[in-house]
Amino acid sequence: MDIARHWRGHPARYRLQGERNRNTGEVRVPPHPLALGETPDTWEPLKLSGRGEIYSFSVLRQVPEGYELFAPYPIALVRLEEGALITAQLTDCAEADLEIGMPVEMVTRQLVDTGADGVLVYGYKFRPVVQ
Amino acid sequence: MKPSRPVGLIGYGVYVPRYRIAAKEIARIWTDGHGPVPVEAKSVPGPDEDTVTMSIEAARNALARAGIRAEQLGAVWIGSESHPYSVKPSGTIVSEALGTSPWISSGDWEFACKAGSEALTAGMAMVGSGMADYVMAIGADTAQSRPGDALEYTASAGAAALLVGPADQALATIDATVSFVTDTPDFFRRAERPYPSHGNRFTGEPAYFRTIQSAAKRLLDDLGRTPSDFTYAVFHQPNAKFPQAVAKRLGFSDAQIAPGLLSPQIGNTYSGAALSGLCATLDVAKPGDTIFVTSYGSGAGSDAYALTVTEALLERRERAPLAAAYLARSVFIDYAVYAKWVGKLVMG
Repeated sequence: MDIARHWRGHPARYRLQGERNRNTGEVRVPPHPLALGETPDTWEPLKLSGRGEIYSFSVLRQVPEGYELFAPYPIALVRLEEGALITAQLTDCAEADLEIGMPVEMVTRQLVDTGADGVLVYGYKFRPVVQ
Repeated sequence: MKPSRPVGLIGYGVYVPRYRIAAKEIARIWTDGHGPVPVEAKSVPGPDEDTVTMSIEAARNALARAGIRAEQLGAVWIGSESHPYSVKPSGTIVSEALGTSPWISSGDWEFACKAGSEALTAGMAMVGSGMADYVMAIGADTAQSRPGDALEYTASAGAAALLVGPADQALATIDATVSFVTDTPDFFRRAERPYPSHGNRFTGEPAYFRTIQSAAKRLLDDLGRTPSDFTYAVFHQPNAKFPQAVAKRLGFSDAQIAPGLLSPQIGNTYSGAALSGLCATLDVAKPGDTIFVTSYGSGAGSDAYALTVTEALLERRERAPLAAAYLARSVFIDYAVYAKWVGKLVMG
């Protein structure tokens, strides 16, 4: 069980806590380690809105172990309104519903159940906007 | 009961999963389609949904309506009988997902279908005593039911989040509350058992009806009001019939309970049921309207509340999806997909 790894990812996975480069304005999620030449001031925390649109997508039919219950399921590159491009599973939608440019919103869902003696891993997915 | 500092709801939010199973589809499997069914359909959680994920969405809707930041919350409490972990609070996961400060009270409440209103009453006390300004009280369930049991037709999934705050910021003030509890074993689930047991007809007269009527009548007496003094009423809804029957006995009309009667479409969302009915009623209420709410939890108890809607509701209502938006996106699944998703298949 990678409890520590999942735990470190909570802010980004649970609520899209990202960061913005104070010099260039670049936005990214999840936060990365600092690159050569950067200082702790280079990036500032930024909570992303969770709104965006589908940049591209595909449907997984042969899925990794632990994801069988969801199969087949779509994954997408989502262009967030802050500019970052993020890879995420789509939920609450059928393959026929999907199209490039479609507005989507972030929801926090179960990503995977690591077993009866393991943790439930939660994180962001995207779905068609409910309004 | 009234807190020394007046309180109310400054935000509210509901969540209903996208999936439904028709009660007739369940009857097709177990009774060859014969016999009456207690609702038209019930909501079913998607394979990636549980009490935690539904609570998060309902609470985000409540925060959006309130217009406050998650860091301002003093408590996040979740009432449910289907917490994903037996040991490990749902409240901490939901708090982290909302982005609260770690300096809050958080935890889980349990009282069958009234665990959420239990959290609401505690939230009133927390804000009413001045210990906190804002408390998120959530009722959420992915209710379990034995295959073929009467409960399988109704045990559904949904969540409602009520954000309690000072009355002067409220979209609806909570004017008074009453709680009535007795040791009445109409429905229970022993540790390590996957499905609950219930007393069949015993769940009606000595349990649901006696308990709700006791709490409701006492609150009316305390306030010196009658059912006709209220614009709307909401009662716990384990099926379509019980809330309509108890409303009639108490003297409330069909029109008063109509906006908050969700069970015919989505079944019994347990801890979310009465509170979701309140949310759906707030979706249509006008300033000055009064709402009478009585929850019910097996075991058994009821919490009754009287609320008055303020002007603030009008500008906050559209900041999050209405209950109708969640009801409208229904996708029906068959019994096989339902059985797969809710863990009723033995995988060996």
